[in-house]
Amino acid sequence: MSTIKLRAKESKGVVTVKAIIKHPMETGQRKNKKTGEKIPAHFIQQVICKANNDEVITINWGPAVSKNPYLTFAYLGSKGDAIDLTWEDNQGNKDSLQSEVK
Amino acid sequence: MNRRNFLKNSLMTAATVTTFAGLMIKPKRLYAAWPKISFDITDLNDSINNVYGHNDLNESSEVMLKAPDIAENGAIVPLNVKTKLKNVESIMIFVENNPQPLSSGYNLSSRSVPTVGTRIKMGNTSKVIAAVKSNGKIYTASKEVKVTIGGCGG
Amino acid sequence: MKSCFHKFLLIILFTNVTAFASPEEDQKLFRDHFENRFPNTEFSDYKNGVYSIDASSREQWESIEDFPPYELNIDQGEELFNQPFKNGNTYATCFENSGIAVRQNYPYFDESTNQVMTLELAINNCRKRNGEKPLSYYKGGPMADISAYMAYTSRGNKFDVKIPNSQEALDAYEAGKKLYFTKVGQLNFSCADCHVYQTGSKLRADIPSPGIGHSTHFPAYRSGAGRLVTLHERFAGCLNRVRAKPFKAQNEEYRNLEYFISYMSNGLEINGPGSRK
Repeated sequence: MSTIKLRAKESKGVVTVKAIIKHPMETGQRKNKKTGEKIPAHFIQQVICKANNDEVITINWGPAVSKNPYLTFAYLGSKGDAIDLTWEDNQGNKDSLQSEVK
Repeated sequence: MNRRNFLKNSLMTAATVTTFAGLMIKPKRLYAAWPKISFDITDLNDSINNVYGHNDLNESSEVMLKAPDIAENGAIVPLNVKTKLKNVESIMIFVENNPQPLSSGYNLSSRSVPTVGTRIKMGNTSKVIAAVKSNGKIYTASKEVKVTIGGCGG
Repeated sequence: MKSCFHKFLLIILFTNVTAFASPEEDQKLFRDHFENRFPNTEFSDYKNGVYSIDASSREQWESIEDFPPYELNIDQGEELFNQPFKNGNTYATCFENSGIAVRQNYPYFDESTNQVMTLELAINNCRKRNGEKPLSYYKGGPMADISAYMAYTSRGNKFDVKIPNSQEALDAYEAGKKLYFTKVGQLNFSCADCHVYQTGSKLRADIPSPGIGHSTHFPAYRSGAGRLVTLHERFAGCLNRVRAKPFKAQNEEYRNLEYFISYMSNGLEINGPGSRK
């Protein structure tokens, strides 16, 4: 199952993309209540969106972004555009989702 | 083919091969790497200076920051930034009293419509600053977001 | 003056632990109290809890509900719901209508066992009958995901909790009502203290939500916890907050409590899972 849920809608030539990503966005400051040790930082650092293979936005995140992070942005585009949203976190994990603009 | 032409052709071919090879070898990252230093800085002014190379901010009503007056919960504070300014290169969101003020940065493209939104964690009541880089200048809008803790909600 | 007399009547009726009034009469009094306290709130809006009575938190909540994190849980829940047990059966075989759009039928009084049956207990009973281990009601996880999915498929259907004409059913309802109005814990609060008498006031940084509509939107995705919380985990949380020792999730006490609060919410739409702070 993808970690990304995405909605991309076009209206009057503007495509609005909204997405939720399943991710703990751990800051690295929280402590394990039982052991007292810090839970290691684990957060998405970069999210890149392409439309028809053209990079449309590059997002840089820090650990202050909420858990199961949400993002929204817009670009000039059309219905049927092929969207590719990819994220990468500080531990080297990645995932991506391909979708079409409605 | 005379010697001159042959050399000329060889050089051309060599140049072509080098260029073609250069295109073949795809760099691992086509985009700028994640700016680790920016996200580590703990002081707001240092953070802004690090991102832009200066602290010359211009408060502008052309930048609209939507943020709650009182965050219902500091774990998920919805924020939205949009602007009517043109040629927007980037939008940055700073949270003055967070351990690291830079919360997120949005590097736009020529196809971008300058509007972004996300949800962030805020530990304390703080000024939230949205900074838009347009035509090389930095324009900002800010809002104080109150964060309260304590109650029966758990 | 009307509200003073009203509150007086409410206190008299509810502190009388022997069945003084019928459940129908209780329900009318209960609702009248909220209608009186929040004259601008439509009855149907109570399914939205505190957001039906506080405009500023409502705006933030609507922003989150535009694309809520629990959508990930609904997808997970759907996958889990459709996954067959080791013996080949699925959850669909345990529920009427294959388990789709049934949330509003729970809790109900099971006359064959003389106990209140809740949806989450039914999910675990289904697992037990099919040789699977029970799922935990705490800390999110698969139980909360499945419960969220089943709530989601039931959105829009209204609670119609029935109290059959038997002493055992009435006793279960009365036991739930009694717990609701009993002061517990070091802080000596009852559910009613916050959710009936002080709903709409400020309790430190919180505004207690009204007592009608609580069970329509569970499991709830709580921002602070960053995950789903089941109704009984929330009951336990509330009891912890008033420094009382909580009961175990799905114990008789909590099932009776769920019975009482759901009966009070009859006519309200299921709208779970819901985002909460």
